[in-house]
Parts: sequence; structure tokens; C-alpha cells
Amino acid sequence: MSTTFIGQPVSRVDGRQKVTGRATYAAEFQTANLAHAAVVRSTIARGRIASIETAVARRSAGVISVLTHRDAPRLPYRPHKGAVDPAVGERLHLLQDDRVNHQGQPIALVVAQTLEQAQHAAALVRVTYAVETAVTDISRTEPVLPTQEKADQGAGVPPETQRGDPDRAFAAAPVKVDHSYVIPRENHNPLEMHATIAAWEGDRLTLWDKTQWVSNVAEEIAAVFGIASQNVRVVSPFVGGAFGSALRAWPHVTLAALGARVTGRPVKLMLSRREMYYGVGYRPHTVQRVALGASRDGQLQAILHDGYQETSSYEEYSEALLNATRFLHSCANVTTRHRIARLNVHTPTYMRAPGEVSGTFALECAMDELSVALGMDPVALRLGNEPERDESKNQPFSSRATREAYRLAAERFGWSRRNPASRSMRDGRWLIGWGMATATYPMNFAPASARARLLPDGTAEVSSASSDMGPGTWTSMTQVAAETLGLPIERVKFMLGDTRLPKAPVHGGSMTMASVGSAVQAACRKVRQDALARTNVADITEAMRRLERSIEATEEVHPDKQNEGYSKHAFGAVFVEVAVDPDLGETRVRRIVGAYGAGRVVNPKLARSQCIGGMIGGIGMALMEHAVVDARNGRVPNANFAEYAVPVHADTPAAMDVIFVPEEDTRINPLGVKGLGEIAMVGVAPAILNAIYHATGKRIRELPATPDKLIRQA
Amino acid sequence: MTTLKINGQSRTTSAAEQTPLLWVLRDELGMTGTKFGCGMALCGACTVHVDGQPTRSCITPAASVAGRSVHTIEHMETDPVGRVVQQAWVELNVAQCGYCQAGQIMAATALLKTAARPNDRQIDEAMSGNICRCGTYPRIRAAMQLASRRLAGAKA
Repeated sequence: MSTTFIGQPVSRVDGRQKVTGRATYAAEFQTANLAHAAVVRSTIARGRIASIETAVARRSAGVISVLTHRDAPRLPYRPHKGAVDPAVGERLHLLQDDRVNHQGQPIALVVAQTLEQAQHAAALVRVTYAVETAVTDISRTEPVLPTQEKADQGAGVPPETQRGDPDRAFAAAPVKVDHSYVIPRENHNPLEMHATIAAWEGDRLTLWDKTQWVSNVAEEIAAVFGIASQNVRVVSPFVGGAFGSALRAWPHVTLAALGARVTGRPVKLMLSRREMYYGVGYRPHTVQRVALGASRDGQLQAILHDGYQETSSYEEYSEALLNATRFLHSCANVTTRHRIARLNVHTPTYMRAPGEVSGTFALECAMDELSVALGMDPVALRLGNEPERDESKNQPFSSRATREAYRLAAERFGWSRRNPASRSMRDGRWLIGWGMATATYPMNFAPASARARLLPDGTAEVSSASSDMGPGTWTSMTQVAAETLGLPIERVKFMLGDTRLPKAPVHGGSMTMASVGSAVQAACRKVRQDALARTNVADITEAMRRLERSIEATEEVHPDKQNEGYSKHAFGAVFVEVAVDPDLGETRVRRIVGAYGAGRVVNPKLARSQCIGGMIGGIGMALMEHAVVDARNGRVPNANFAEYAVPVHADTPAAMDVIFVPEEDTRINPLGVKGLGEIAMVGVAPAILNAIYHATGKRIRELPATPDKLIRQA
Repeated sequence: MTTLKINGQSRTTSAAEQTPLLWVLRDELGMTGTKFGCGMALCGACTVHVDGQPTRSCITPAASVAGRSVHTIEHMETDPVGRVVQQAWVELNVAQCGYCQAGQIMAATALLKTAARPNDRQIDEAMSGNICRCGTYPRIRAAMQLASRRLAGAKA
């Protein structure tokens, strides 16, 4: 009987539930006496509510309550900032005053017997505004320095950094490229809309919520309502995709709880697809400039990377846009300057590889432009500038697999057959192009705890308040637990998604296996030791049989100080083949190969799925996705699946290949895991755009690379 | 009151005639396997079978299917094609977040009931209306090919 599971392609434990419709998502929990809510949203971006008339709505069939700032209870809104909330600024206080801060801001809440009745009544609320001039045009907004000290989550990077003398080195460099790159706003658009069911019992609140972080929701809602966080239970076993959209506790959670409080009934509030573009955050629009200077033999002499992104007027969202530039390629003279543009929009948020995916897009496209200017192969250019250490912190990397990633991916791809000249490859009438890019994402490890319980019937229950939005946490944690306990996997049950379970960090930042996995391992190790010691036998199954009652251990893990002097990141490389229709400008991605050095891979099957998913997400980013923002008023006119295009079945490349570079890193966390969920998307969009250049000779620097951009340059 | 035939059973609904079938299923009958993804027939998460045809329940008025035979994901375990499709899905670990998969399976099952060994182009055409944001498309295709081979084998 094998008990080796870590590193094995174990099948998903929740597979059958998900194919039979038995997996329960937030809006699907059955509660007696449930009422339904709908939100009235502002149709201006900035100003005050001059009048709000609800009498007609109140009289509408089935309506139980209509709340506005005029009559909603005053909420304490105690200060609270979780790690995912912007450090500077204050969340909106819903229905507490007459101010309007963004298009689509909740300004009234309707609760009714049915969803249709609530939606109908919401449309009957009449509002007039005192409109103030809004700033919603990013092209006309002066970017400013962020005020927060930490420009990104946890890395403590100041908004402006410099080493060497980049301006002088750039001026003196014999070969230069200097261009602007634009990425429009993008939306996560998970298939499951965000939803919350709220039910009070006295001053105890239960929330069935769609969240990547149950404990943060409890703390945030407790703070809003001025109650103890122990009085809030949050349940979220299945999350229908999130990609970062469910890290924060958004306004609808507060509104559901408020509606339930006022009506005395459990209330369900579900966002519509259109509301997903206003009611949760998004990847902000970014404008970047990258200037690279090199010697004629391809040594980087200077890197100047500036960038700014949109944020709201009430919170200062800032992401790690320029962090990777400081260590990805070797260069003595580097400057990065990060700015924000304050608009009357709602606050952006983290979306799969926030900052990294956008910043490396600009950097890796610029590197490709430099390789063309040098007449040099793009892989050779990168190999010739491979750093021996993290030059921004003057620290060794804990491990870095870029050389191996380039080699393995290039080999698998057949890169050596590439004709470097653009427009040199064809397939019938299609122009073929090959492009590549480097990928990176930080290794994150946060404090986490887990509990392991052994039962006399020979089964084990292991738990942590983590989430599973698709990566396979249910399964991978079961593997870690089973192997550590020395039990067959069928006898181990893992539980997550409930604040009653031991505290876990946010299911984001690709940190869950590193953090929760290490906690699971520690708890299982401890309880196994206890069981063997108590019963004085060598076999765990025998020990469990002899236990009179169940025993358990709860363990907490923390990053240790010992390896603080190392720079810890996952690295990879992405190679892409595209076909471009020379007349219609349509781009099809035919092949992708990605190679990643991400430390230990706990479940290769699940890990590969993550990488495939990230590649498909990258195709969307490169070729399709674009939240159009009306510069006059902040409205998103394409807030639906017809006009905000996302990859569909027919967009899948015929060949998608994922290689995990064998890598053992003992300096990062007890499991030796770097995380994959986000690096999976990094490097894909620039590789595609670089391939488009190779195919057509046309360089596109503004996403998405839609057909009109390729036709227009003819 | 409208009487509907769902998964072979008679169910009555007091919902208004224009209420989409999706909400009758989810809110009134507690059958939450069929999902809400857009409400505009653009994502496929709400796919059910009406007289065997894949149908978007989010825009189908409940009253319009009175007297017709409606099948949902909850029925697929006992459907001769549906259960083969589900088994292939489980074996190939198709699902990630799982939210779109009921709709994917309903669309796939409907195709495999009419096309014995669909080629890639037929699969693309039948399935491109079912969006998966997690990007499980390659495994969906592989699972459909596996299911179709098994179904063909069973008939042989």
C-alpha cells in the first residue's frame, strides 16, 4: 500500500460533485424564508444624490424593504484593512450619505420575495443628481506618485527606484529602443457571479459567500457592523472561478447583511453579469514606457521603465507593475518609476498575476524589439543578460531556472528552426510567427494554520479555512495530508471554506500550497507522532485502532527568518506560434510551450491544468479582452459576454505543452513549493505579440491585438 | 400555475409565465445544478435539454416549455449518454472551478446524442457557446472524444 502522494497526479476528489451539479456555490445554499435583494446603482460618476423617490418601488408587488441613504441604519464602519485592501484610502460607506463616487455605485437596496420582484422594483426607484465634473478619462489625467509606502503586496518596493546612472547610460548606448505600451482595463469575468446569502440570529451572522478568504470577510463585515468577528461565520466551499475578484469583501456582502438585518429574513444578493463590471474590482488600465539601451553585442546598458495605472478617488490601489524589471535581466543601470492616475471610478483589484503580468508584458515586448534592433535571437539576448543574483537587492536567488526553462521550452518548441526575419514563414495564405518571453512571479508564504484529527475508525479529518476556486485545493491538500500521515488517500478527508476552521491566508498570491500545505504537513506530522507515542506502536493504522477516542493537533506555520537573505521567485519561459491572416488581421494561436521552475510540484495533473488555464487567459489578454470605459462618465458599455470577448473553445491552440523544470529549493518554505497559479499567465501575452511581429513585421504595442490593429498598419 | 415535465417528473410552478426556466429550476425547485452565468444566453452555463435540444434556460420562459420534456444536469447520471460523458469528465479531471461544467456536459451530451464521432470542427461549433474562464477546453475536447469512442464501442 503506497502512501506516497506528493508529486503524484492524483485525480480530483471533488470531480464527481462538479459533473453532477452537486457542488454548492454561494447562491445555492438552501435557507428557509429566503428573500431576494437587488441593487440600484448610480448613473453618474461623481456628485450627490439630489432626490431619491422610492414610494412607487415600495408599493410594487412582493417588496419587503427599500433602503437608501435617507433611511438605512447608521453602520459603525470601524476601521479595517485586510492584506488585500489598499493601504491608503477608505472603503465606501454604503447608503450612509448622499455622495456618489463612481459610476454604478450602490445607492439603494431593494429586498423582495422573489428575484424578479426585487429587480423590477429596483427599476422603479427614481433618482436625480447634483452632478459634479468627473475625471474618468485616463488619457487626460496627470499621473501622480502613489502615497503608500509599499507599492505592491509585501515586497516593500518604493514607487521610484534607481541603480547606477540609467539616463546617462541610455544616452550613451549604441543600440536603443524606447516605446510606450498600453493595456486596457480587464475584468476577471469568472463564470459564477459574486453572491452572498446573509442570515442573522440575534447578533450572530452567517454568510454563504463567494470568497477567496473567509476570515477576511468575517473581519470586514464585523467591522462594518460593529460586532465581534467571532460572531460572523462565513461559508464558501466552492468558488466558481475568481482570479482575484473575490479577495476583498465587496459592497454586495455588506448590502446582503444589511438587507437581512433590516428585514429580519435571510437575504440573497447576487450580482448580474453587468454588475460584475461595477461591483467588484478589475485589472487597471496601465500605460508604460520602456527604454532599453544595449551595446552592439547585446549587453544591456540601461533599463528605464515607467508606468502608471488607474485607481479610484477614495482608495489608492497600487500593484507590483515594475518589480520584475529590477531583477529579471542583468543590468547595472536601472530606473523604475511608478505612478497612479486618480479617476472617479471604482477601485481596481488584483487580477491573476497583478502587476507582474502587465509589467512583464511591456518589458518582454521591449526586449523583443531590442533583439530585432540588434539582429540577435531573442533567447540569446536573454541568455546573454542572465543575472547571477538579484541585482536590485544584491541578494542571491533561492533558485532560478531561467536557463533550463529557455533550453527545455525552445527544444520542445523547435525554436532552432526559426528564421529570424519577419514575414519569413507561411502556411498557405497564413503568415506564421514565432515569439517568446520570460516569465516570473514571486514566491509568497504567509502564516497559516491547519488541524489534523485521527479517528479510531481509521480515517482522518484535516482542515484549514482555505478556499478552492479551481486550482484543486481540496485534492492537493488531501495528498499532502495522506502522505504525511501515512494513510491511504481514501481514508483522508480535507475540509476548507469555513471560518470555523483554522485560519488560512488569502487564496491568492499563488501562496496556498506553500502556506496552507506547510501547515497541513505540520499538523499531520504532529498528530501522527502523538498517535504513535500514545499507543506505542509503529504502524499508524494500528495506532488509530487503539485510540479510544479521536485525537487532534493544530499547527501554525510562519515564514522563517533564516532565509530572508534570498530573493525568492518562480521563473519560466513561454514560446508561441501564431498564424495571422494577412487580409483580415485575425490572429490564431497555434502552439504554446511553457516551461516553469516552480520548485516542488505537488500534483502534476492539477499543476498542468493551472498552466493551460493561464495560457488561455493570456490569449484572452493578448487578443481579445478590453473593458471599454466611456471617458465622459466612466460607464462600461461592453459589460457583457457578447462585447467583452473572452477565449472560447475554438480559440484553444491545437498544441499546448507544459514542462516543469525539476527544481529543489530548500530555502522557501517547508514544502519547497513556489506556486504556479499566476506565473501560468505571465509571459503569454508578450510572447504572442512578439510572434505577431515575427509573422507580419508589424509591432503592436496596445492590447488587445485585434484585427483592426493589424489591418490598419497595412 | 404551470405544469412542467422535468427529468421525467411533473412539477408545478406558480411563477409568472415569462419567468425564465432557469429561475424556476434554481429558486423554486431547488435544482441548482443549472447555473446562472450571464442571463443573456451568451455563456451556456444555463444549458438544459428541451425535447433533447440544448436550450438556454436563462432566456426560455418557463411557460414555453410546458408540455415538453425538460432534462437537467441532475438527470445525466441516469442518461445513457450523459453518464458516459460524466465518467469521461471525471477520469480526465476536466473541471477546475466547476461552475461552467454542467452547461458544458449538457451541450456535449446533446452533441453526442446526434453525432456519433464528432470531429474537432464539430466539437468547436457545438461547444464554442459554452464559456470556461478557467480554460479547461483542451480536456473538454479530450473527454468528448473519449466519451464518443466509448459510446461507439458500446454500440459495436
